Amino acid sequence: MSRQIVIPFGPQHPVLPEPIHLDLVMEDERVVEAIPSIGYVHRGLEKLVEKREYRDFVYIAERICGICSFIHGMTYCHAVEGVMELDVPPRALYLRTVWSELSRLHSHLLWLGLMADAMGFESLFMQAWRLREHVLDDLESTTGNRVIQGVCKVGGVRRDVSNQKLREIVDGLAGIEPALRDLLKVFVEDDSIRHRLVGVGPLTEHQAWELGAVGPVLRASGVANDIRQTGYAAYDELDFRPVVETGGDCYARTVVRARELFTSIDLIRQAVEKIPDGPVETKVTGNPKGEFYARSEQPRGEVVHYVRANGTKHLVRFRVRTPTFTNIPPLLEAMKGLQLADVPVVVLSIDPCIGCAER
Amino acid sequence: MAYMKRSPWIIHYDGSSCNGCDIEVLACLTPLYDVERFGIINTGNPKHADILVVTGSVNEQSRQVIRNIYDQMPEPKVVVAFGICACSGGVFRECYNVDGGIDQVIPVDVYVPGCPVRPEQIIDGVVRALGVLEEKRARMKSGEPAEAGV
Repeated sequence: MSRQIVIPFGPQHPVLPEPIHLDLVMEDERVVEAIPSIGYVHRGLEKLVEKREYRDFVYIAERICGICSFIHGMTYCHAVEGVMELDVPPRALYLRTVWSELSRLHSHLLWLGLMADAMGFESLFMQAWRLREHVLDDLESTTGNRVIQGVCKVGGVRRDVSNQKLREIVDGLAGIEPALRDLLKVFVEDDSIRHRLVGVGPLTEHQAWELGAVGPVLRASGVANDIRQTGYAAYDELDFRPVVETGGDCYARTVVRARELFTSIDLIRQAVEKIPDGPVETKVTGNPKGEFYARSEQPRGEVVHYVRANGTKHLVRFRVRTPTFTNIPPLLEAMKGLQLADVPVVVLSIDPCIGCAER
Repeated sequence: MAYMKRSPWIIHYDGSSCNGCDIEVLACLTPLYDVERFGIINTGNPKHADILVVTGSVNEQSRQVIRNIYDQMPEPKVVVAFGICACSGGVFRECYNVDGGIDQVIPVDVYVPGCPVRPEQIIDGVVRALGVLEEKRARMKSGEPAEAGV
């Protein structure tokens, strides 16, 4: 057996927009073990519920993460609405669904770009981000903001979108769909991408399930698990099937995300066809009392928001379980036996969002 | 070196940001805003960088990392705080693990508040940083220290 050495990876590293640190125990070029240490972006925002009123806390919940911010805010609102047994108007639920799917589109395009960049495929990175700007324009024109939308609130949504504008969004997305198909084709068929991704960092179905993988990482290993199927917001009235691949490697994870772009576009189309007229918010009176778990599907996987309240305007406890945090054990397993040059690609393949994971 | 005046290289570090400002910094590099056409490049190496871009506030663990990156950068160097968190701690300033803006650790030259900052603001912040960089270079040429008051 050759000599073992330890190579530090991060916290500041060219492929990582966010800080995480891994100690890579190496034997020659092979990774034997990866030991993570986290805490670089821990803020302690769960404890802020003691200082902010439950209605105002939506602002903090949205800022758990800037990429999946809308879905964090929405899940927090679901949790509080669950405690208070509020009936949210259907139009608000449909609007939440549309914004959730737009968030997923922009997040997946962002990730596909970063993945291309990690492989050294710079022009593909630029293409993915160019298409992402179209989605950001839709978000900005309906909510007023590009990345942190600030449009969800307890009891509904903060602003309505006209049916005409919604149809324009659908038409706009139909307009970029051919470009997205071209993008998908490159990720699925290009030889140099297949060389970098096929067979790299594999997880079997059993491993992924046992280690608690969620979201695209789990679906890429052949498990059809998508929290949208539980039917929160308006998903129970829309028709879709989870995207599943069976390879379990980085290639499968990439293809799952690339194909999910089209699921999202289809869901937005269906939601806009079915959206009912009516109010977009319900009046919220009193304070919450009780506890509730809310789950939803983020671009990175399942997120759980837990809320406990005692009848005052401040919550007693707020807890978030984020997809990146649960995807770290599968990542460490996938890194065993890897060549050092493949480490950045595999780390990126779980779509790490450290801001979420550490809060 | 006059031709290099307008093309600084940037290094970005996320203090403890929520990602919102980080992805907007990245968005500046991509086709719609495309600051690379001015020769502004995001580098991963502190020794190559002229401008340190920090997003997010300072916490116990990021304090030393920010200090290390700053110390490794060659003079003259400029620090830009992007986003309200980097300026003052923002909505998280009352959190137990947030010490406040990055001026708690290193001197900041340009503050760009916003939650998150928009790409237009980011480009404006970098352009302002260019002016500061120019002043510091002039000071160094005349034999003074680049950092006033050092």
